[in-house]
Amino acid sequence: MIGAAAANDAPLEPGARGPAPAPAAAAGDGRVATVRGEALLEMPPDLYIPPDALEVFLDTFEGPLDLLLYLIRKANIDILDIPMARLTEQYLEYVELMRRRNLELAAEYLLMAALLMEIKSRMLLPRPRAPAEEEQDPRAELVRRLMEYESMKLAAHKLDALPVLGRDFLSVEVWIEQAAVQRLPQVRAEDLIAAWQSLLMHARMTQHHKVTREELSVREFMSAILRRLHGGQFTNFTSLFEVGKGVAVVVVSFLALLELVRESLIEVTQSEPYAPIYVKLAHAESE
Amino acid sequence: MLNPNEAKTVLETALLAAQEPLGLAELRRLFEEDIGADTLRRLLGELREAWQGRGVELVNLASGWRFQTRPEYQQYLERLSHDKPPRYSRAVMETLAIIAYRQPVTRGDIEDIRGVTVSTNVIKSLEARGWIDTVGHRDVPGRPALYATTKSFLDDLGLRSLQELPPLDQISSTLDLAPPTPSSEAPVAAAEAAAATEAPAAAAD
Repeated sequence: MIGAAAANDAPLEPGARGPAPAPAAAAGDGRVATVRGEALLEMPPDLYIPPDALEVFLDTFEGPLDLLLYLIRKANIDILDIPMARLTEQYLEYVELMRRRNLELAAEYLLMAALLMEIKSRMLLPRPRAPAEEEQDPRAELVRRLMEYESMKLAAHKLDALPVLGRDFLSVEVWIEQAAVQRLPQVRAEDLIAAWQSLLMHARMTQHHKVTREELSVREFMSAILRRLHGGQFTNFTSLFEVGKGVAVVVVSFLALLELVRESLIEVTQSEPYAPIYVKLAHAESE
Repeated sequence: MLNPNEAKTVLETALLAAQEPLGLAELRRLFEEDIGADTLRRLLGELREAWQGRGVELVNLASGWRFQTRPEYQQYLERLSHDKPPRYSRAVMETLAIIAYRQPVTRGDIEDIRGVTVSTNVIKSLEARGWIDTVGHRDVPGRPALYATTKSFLDDLGLRSLQELPPLDQISSTLDLAPPTPSSEAPVAAAEAAAATEAPAAAAD
């Protein structure tokens, strides 16, 4: 693409410019630009932007290439035949303004300024005749970069125009219970019975014969269990029972546990049949 | 053997309940008998047809099929939420475009094209969105990371593959290489339509 551009420049120019031994810079013969082979003797009036209006634009540029593109497109300059002298001059005006405002920003812009001036000066140098066909226009690399950047800039606009999930549309998801509730293993009644029986057995083996009556409150045991579970951790089912205190305590503890389950204050889980049963607060955050 | 209508209802239910796009392989697992990929695609096509004219559409994306709301109803949905999701800055969008169209690229490549330093935040925000990731390292000093776009980038933009990205614009002047023709008599309307890129109208005046 660039090769073609540079090569096509040559046939267009001699016709308009004559066989000048040293083709001068664009401004050399009074023209400021060549647009599609036609001489442009004056800069288009809208090329010049008053410096005070500039401040407003400064932040909108994404870098030196963006600024250059703006200047080129604004002036309707043919990107393949950039009038380096004028463009450089105007670019430097902008950079000077930016430099006063934002030194950090200016670094990249200054690099570009140096490049523009280098291209400008290379275009002023007489070109050797023989290899003229092969020699690249000093502007070619800059033009390639400008076109690549412009292409990506436009692509960015197009991408931004595409509908985006979350911004322009949403994914549809019907509410299903499993999505909202953490899936926990099911505990079958038999598992509870089995656990209970093994507790009773354990209690029976270690029972003490006490004659004192105990006032055992299910509610109190419920609170005790809740306190044990405070913090939301999983607690082993069997550890909730103080087997040493006798069958009555175990029974009341179990009743308390059932009551807590009934009131949905705790959750009882078991990962697989015969695995240890764990108990935890249903709503850990409420404690 | 399920009849096609039942099969479609099964597909519809699974797709509505899914949180992510479902691929053909996953959708086939819904059925006991082996449904061929072609049959499945046909059923999905019919299902998509059946949802025409609703606020929700069935779309085919990079990672599979998904139900989503139609963009034209977003303005109504937005009234339910307090703030609009912000748009990405030009720096982010240009970086994304370069990665999307020129991938895999290093940060240096992006900087070469944009002519400015690419801030780490730009890369990070695209990574956080899950739209780009590192696919390797270029074998040069410093071994810079090579970035590419992800499947969820395509999914989120409603695309099936990178081929469906909007085609790149031909930059205007590259087309103007033909010898000058009376095309400079471009009508005003045409000049306006292409104000940003056309030169002839102003030049001819």
